Amino acid sequence: MTMNAAAGTEAGGSVRGAAAGGAGAPVVLDSLSRSFGAVRALDGLSLDIAPGELVALLGPSGCGKTTALRIVAGFEFADSGSVIVDGTDVAPVPAAKRDMGMVFQSYSLFPNMSALDNVAFGLRMRKIAPGERAKRATALLDMVGLAPQARQYPHQLSGGQQQRVALARALAIEPRVLLLDEPLSALDAKVRLQLREQIRTLQQRLGTTTLFVTHDQEEALSMADRVGVMKDGRLEQIATPSELYSRPATAFVAEFVGTMSRIPGNYSGGDEVTALGRNVPVHGEHASVSPGEVDVLVRPEGLTVEAVTGGNGIVTDRTFLGSLTRLSVLLSGDIAVKVDKTSTAATDLVPGTSVQVSIPGTEPVLIAERA
Amino acid sequence: MATVATAEQLGTQAPRSAARRRGWPVWRWAILLIAAIYFGIPLYAGLKFAGFKAFTQVTSYPQFGSAFALSLRLAVIATVLTLVLMVPTTVYVHLRLPRVRRAMEAITILPIVIPPIVLIIGVLKVAPGWLIGTPDLLGLEYVILAMPFAYRSLDSGLRSFDVKTLVEASNSLGAGWPTTLWRVVIPNLRTAILSATVLTVALVLGEYTMASLDNFQTFPVWIVNFEQNSGPVSVAASLLALFVTWLLLMLIVTLGSRRARKHGGGEVTLFSVSTQTRQIVGEAE
Repeated sequence: MTMNAAAGTEAGGSVRGAAAGGAGAPVVLDSLSRSFGAVRALDGLSLDIAPGELVALLGPSGCGKTTALRIVAGFEFADSGSVIVDGTDVAPVPAAKRDMGMVFQSYSLFPNMSALDNVAFGLRMRKIAPGERAKRATALLDMVGLAPQARQYPHQLSGGQQQRVALARALAIEPRVLLLDEPLSALDAKVRLQLREQIRTLQQRLGTTTLFVTHDQEEALSMADRVGVMKDGRLEQIATPSELYSRPATAFVAEFVGTMSRIPGNYSGGDEVTALGRNVPVHGEHASVSPGEVDVLVRPEGLTVEAVTGGNGIVTDRTFLGSLTRLSVLLSGDIAVKVDKTSTAATDLVPGTSVQVSIPGTEPVLIAERA
Repeated sequence: MATVATAEQLGTQAPRSAARRRGWPVWRWAILLIAAIYFGIPLYAGLKFAGFKAFTQVTSYPQFGSAFALSLRLAVIATVLTLVLMVPTTVYVHLRLPRVRRAMEAITILPIVIPPIVLIIGVLKVAPGWLIGTPDLLGLEYVILAMPFAYRSLDSGLRSFDVKTLVEASNSLGAGWPTTLWRVVIPNLRTAILSATVLTVALVLGEYTMASLDNFQTFPVWIVNFEQNSGPVSVAASLLALFVTWLLLMLIVTLGSRRARKHGGGEVTLFSVSTQTRQIVGEAE
């Protein structure tokens, strides 16, 4: 299911003409708020998306990410705030006139149309001549590697194929903005991985501004230029994947993205915290944390572990991750932490081994009120 | 998400037949046989009583043609009006007023529980003067009568696919409401619409009470009236009506199911609509 190599040359030429013509509109979400009864789905969400950028909105269920996407698409309205595309407020523009391609979570192909007709549907709505329509739809199907399935109906296609047709259909209208509403969540792991790469490659090639909603952090971190982590209708942090991982702004972001352990520490104010007997620099939003006993948030690679008789912890479990092995260690005081160690060095660290867990103190850590 | 594909959806006729044969234990054959006897004996008795000659005489009797034509005309009026009213209403309720669905179910069941005479009086009260006294008014009454069946068919059809997502997908591609309804919703409701059509046509062709109370000689009324004159011819007319209705319904069903099968939809049968749940073919990649 690799992408058709020809798409970059012969077929790709026509596809670029067809699909990339409207690439890259800047999008601004300005203080969007939306309530459903007593539930506040969006609470002043603001976000700038640069032309051609892929931004992922990541967050747990109910955080408001899908509501934000649907407001951009025109399927929901905001109680307050605005969506500005290419400098124009699109609030009065109905969904059908917004020129936004959308790929849905559930299979959304029209069951009564073949794959080709599905892709050509948007072109038909734009009154493109039948010959040109078929040519462009075929080129797009070719681009997603499904030209041989052009005459097949959705019920004859697998889930992955259906989502690729849906992607081609969304791109066919030369959208100013591409909206992806958890398009991979209904697929199995293997197909998900393949389609993930394909979406990213196509998006980069066509330069379409893309807003991608997902609850899967791996998807968001691997595909997006920037990832916005949402909580309770607000954007907690938006940053590049690496920055989000290595320098999370809040405890919520830190614990939502990647694995994070909480270690007891003592904070006396200022820019340092004491944990595991060492002073460690602090980063992130710690101004609101009161001095005293706090939790220090550390990634598995931010801790070191050595087998030591009478150490401060005991290995309780180990998970082989390839070049690394992730150890679960129970520190005194019933504090469970995760520590990564190279697999070659971790061979002796079997469950029951007494170990010494340390914090190097070179990388700044995040602190939070004691849980 | 279920990734099981039924043989039917894969279009493999032979395995489906084999599966059906394997899945038909003796008790099912016994029930089928009892049902066949139950329905077959009266038909056979009727045929024997009427005799072949009566069938040749039926069409030559006065008012046969006009009564049959009136029934067909009413069937067309009732079916068209029912679909024009019920399809947009049901789609709108599904998309925009899902909370009203229960109320709709309750309202649409009313024509079954309200006696026909009450319905007739109600219709007479609100019908425009130019309609009163014309057979078209009976067509309107049949629309009310068909509503419970049509609503349920359309409702179950709309539940069988994600209409909200399809409508939104269509909108996002630039289609307005009329186009979305015509090109996306109705084609995917084909089986349900056919089922509603079948039920409405069958209902109208067999309805006696309302037509009789309104003093219109539809085909069922003609049969009852004619029974006074000639028993065998009356029975022959009943059997003929049954046969013609059956042929008409089979025609609708066959045409509808052929297209529905092509798109992976459900099949219409004379008495039900098979489930339209669109299970997808398992991940083939």
